[in-house]
Amino acid sequence: MADQPTALERFVQGILPENPVYRQLLGMCPTLAVTNGMKPAMTMACSVAFVLLCANIVTSLIRGLLKPHLRIVVFTLTIATFVTIADRVLAAYLYQMSKTLGPYIPLIIVNCLIICRCEVCASKQNVFTAASDAVGQSIGFGLALASIAMVRELLGTGGLFGIAILPTAWPDWVIMVLPPGAFITLGLLLGCVNWLEMRRS
Amino acid sequence: MNYLIDIVLIALSAAVINNFVLYYFVGICPFIGVSKKVDMAFGMGCAVTFVICIAAFLSWSITTMVLIPGAPVSSFFAGFFLPAEAASKIDLTVLSYIVYIFAISSSVQFVEMYVRKFYPSLYNSFGVFLPLITTNCAILFACLTIMANVAGVENPQDAWDLGRSIVLALFGGIGFTIAIVIMSGIREEIELCDIPKPFQGAAITMIIGGILALAFMGFTGVDSGVRKAITPAPAEGTAAVMTLDHDHVHPWDARVIVKEMRLS
Repeated sequence: MADQPTALERFVQGILPENPVYRQLLGMCPTLAVTNGMKPAMTMACSVAFVLLCANIVTSLIRGLLKPHLRIVVFTLTIATFVTIADRVLAAYLYQMSKTLGPYIPLIIVNCLIICRCEVCASKQNVFTAASDAVGQSIGFGLALASIAMVRELLGTGGLFGIAILPTAWPDWVIMVLPPGAFITLGLLLGCVNWLEMRRS
Repeated sequence: MNYLIDIVLIALSAAVINNFVLYYFVGICPFIGVSKKVDMAFGMGCAVTFVICIAAFLSWSITTMVLIPGAPVSSFFAGFFLPAEAASKIDLTVLSYIVYIFAISSSVQFVEMYVRKFYPSLYNSFGVFLPLITTNCAILFACLTIMANVAGVENPQDAWDLGRSIVLALFGGIGFTIAIVIMSGIREEIELCDIPKPFQGAAITMIIGGILALAFMGFTGVDSGVRKAITPAPAEGTAAVMTLDHDHVHPWDARVIVKEMRLS
């Protein structure tokens, strides 16, 4: 396999050219659910980054032992272990935030992004490549979450990270922090990204 | 009577008010991926409903029998090498995620094999969706909700029984089917429309999903109305007070947010 991308290429690919949210449409549940504010979105991005990095490294280390028909089960069990760790840590140090995120932390287990990276990259590459792929993809995921959360929090509450930015005369668009706002914001941003991509090529 | 009210409210809430897809955002992947044709969407919805009920049964049984402190199975086995009062305090809820995901994926495997062997026609209509369902968030979300209502309650009497759990799962699955079938109906029509090129595919699906979610927000508050309608009239002198139970409300519940915004 001579045309396999190198570690650096994989790292760069994950950030924009193959952004997990905008280009691959992976990991939609947390993308929509936790982006009503910057704080939950960033906590989510960090947890996903931790789980993705650890899961990719472990999967890459055991790639010689994997049986084809059992690999998905092995992936999910590996991920579930690290999600449990992340969940306990959040509950211990950021109790309020873990309450807010609620079921979406455990739902990282079934996040297609992580399973997809384990399947596509980590189960075939060495540890270093897998780790750099994980870091690149997590940065891309974090950027995507930040872009959506920024639009929603700014328009919905007139501030970022809970600090007021827009003048008080701004009528808060409550709908933006409610579920419909998530769908509409992501749809419009997705359209914009596609439009930019088309203009560039 | 109270039990019946509970069941009705859980069912109503899971199916329409707090729809799994449009309110909690679980199961978005099939909602975008498998919603091009109505019959495919219906098959997917049926498969999810079926698996979610099995998963709810398994997760309720495992949580009650093994995971929570004082559960019969774990305290029985711990009793061999621990004193009795320590054995009854064994708390295995930290293992819940691993146990659930294992239970879901193995049960899906068994169901797939069973259906393929004994009901080939059924397998041909929705069997292809079964492996996909393992990684469907809706299933795990139902398990987690059941766990929160069995292990997370303060009063042991408030813990959900098997009936409530199955009702939540069944109507959650029905809600998922409703959402995905509506979506696929709209998408079949939208094939004929002239959409700007960047918005074709996932982007327009998201925007339609937003409008659907907006429509489903209209159901907010139906549950308190129904509760008022079917609760027996209170005895003389006691006023029936409808309060919002903050601990059992989703943090982004429309009513909470709107109320907080009015206060601030």
